[in-house]
Amino acid sequence: MTDRFVTRGFVGRRRDGDDGSTASRIPPGQYITRDFPVLSAGPTPRTPLDQWSFTIQGLLKQPVSWSWEEFQALPARDWTVDISCVTKWTKLDMRWRGVSVDTLLEGVELDERAAFVIAYSDGGYTTNLPLADVLNGQAFVAYEYDGAPLAPEHGGPARLVVPARYFWKSAKWVRGLRLQERDEPGFWESLGYHNRGDQWREERYSGD
Amino acid sequence: MARPLDWQLATVAGVRDETDTVRSFSLTLPAWAGHRPGQHVDLRLTAEDGYSVERSYSIASEPERAPEVDITVERIADGEVSPFLHDVVVPGDRLEVRGPIGGYFVWEASQPGPLLLVGGGSGVVPLMAMLRHRARNGAMNPTRLLLSSRGPGEIIYRDELDRLAATNDGFEVVHTLTREQPPGWTGYARRIDEAMLAEVLEPLDREARVYVCGPTALVETTANALVRIGLAPSQIRTERFGPTGT
Repeated sequence: MTDRFVTRGFVGRRRDGDDGSTASRIPPGQYITRDFPVLSAGPTPRTPLDQWSFTIQGLLKQPVSWSWEEFQALPARDWTVDISCVTKWTKLDMRWRGVSVDTLLEGVELDERAAFVIAYSDGGYTTNLPLADVLNGQAFVAYEYDGAPLAPEHGGPARLVVPARYFWKSAKWVRGLRLQERDEPGFWESLGYHNRGDQWREERYSGD
Repeated sequence: MARPLDWQLATVAGVRDETDTVRSFSLTLPAWAGHRPGQHVDLRLTAEDGYSVERSYSIASEPERAPEVDITVERIADGEVSPFLHDVVVPGDRLEVRGPIGGYFVWEASQPGPLLLVGGGSGVVPLMAMLRHRARNGAMNPTRLLLSSRGPGEIIYRDELDRLAATNDGFEVVHTLTREQPPGWTGYARRIDEAMLAEVLEPLDREARVYVCGPTALVETTANALVRIGLAPSQIRTERFGPTGT
C-alpha cells in the first residue's frame, strides 16, 4: 500500500500475546481484550424464566415454540469461539453452552421462500441475517457462559451467538427467529451499521 | 449500498487539558457531513511498518462547530492509544478519522421535554455534546446532569458546566464525588444509587428522556434503578465504556 498514511510518532505496542499463534485470529482493526465488555442501547430486560419462551415463526408450515424447560431439554453442546465486537475488541476462546440453530430447525418444515432470519429480543432489539449464515453450525442460542448461567447484562437468560459476524448480530435476550423471504434491516443495521457485519472484511458501517 | 464512511485526514487544531488525566483535541475535518450530539468517530493510527490500531471516541463538541469536532480522551496508563494521544500529539499533527457513527444515543434540541443526563467519569463526553448543542440553540427544556466523578480534581468540564448552569436556561448540574470530597462539600459523596436518582429526577417529570453513559456498573445500576422508579425502558438510552476503552 503506497498511499498509506503514517501517523507521526506512532509506534504502537503491538498486539497482546502476538506471538504468531493468536495474531491470525484477530480481525483487522481489532484488539484483544481479556474482559467481557458490556454494550447495550437501553436497560437490561428481565423476563422471569416461567414467562420465557423461544419461538420460530414466519415462513414455515407450523410455528414452533419452547418453554424454558423444554428449551433446556433440547440437545445442547459446548462451543469455544472467538468473538469480535464492532467497538474494536476481540475476545478469544469464549466458552458457551447452548443449542445449535440447526437443532432448532430440525423437524421444522421450512417454506422454500425462507431466505432471511430476523432475530428478535425482549426490549425490542432485532438483527437480520441470511438464513444460510445461521445454518451448518454457524449459530447457536447460548444460555451458559464459562460454565455458569448467562448473566442478564450479557444477554441472559439466552442470547443468539453468531461468531462469524460482529457481536451485535448475536442478539442478547433473544426470544425467537422470524423467517422471511425478504431481508429487513434490524436495530443497528437501520442506524448506519453494516447489513452483513463480517469482521474479516471489516464490514463495520453501512457502505464498508 | 450507502455512502461509505471514508477515512479522512483531520488536522489537530488545538489541544486542551480538562483534568490531570483528561485532554481534549480539536480536529478540523476536510469533508465533514456533520454529526448529531451523542455520536462518535473512529480514529486510526498507523505505524511506519503498517501496524495500525483503531479506537472509537465520543464527540464532545456541538454540531454547530463543524467542520471542527472535539474529542475528549482520558489517559489510560497501560493503554496503547490514549498515552500516544496525550504524550505525542500536538497541534498541526494529522490523524485519520471517520464518522459520524451511531444513531441511537443521540439527542437534538428539536426534541422537546425534560432531559436527564447521567454520566460517570469520561462518560460525560457525549452528554457534553448534547449540552453544548442545547445551549447553542437556546433550548429551555428542563435538563439535569448527574455527574459522578472520583474527586473534585477529576470533574471533566467543571467550569464550563458551572457556566452553563449559571445561565438560568433550565439546566442544572448535580455532582457526586465518590472517593474524595473537598472540605465543606455538601453534595452527594457516594456512588449513584436509586435514592439519588429519585431525588435528581424529582424536579423533572417522569416522562423525561434519559441518557446514561459511563462504566458498565454505573450504567447497569442507573438504568435498572430508573426502571424500578417507574420509567419506561424506552425512555432510557445507554452507552457504556469499560476498562478496555483505551
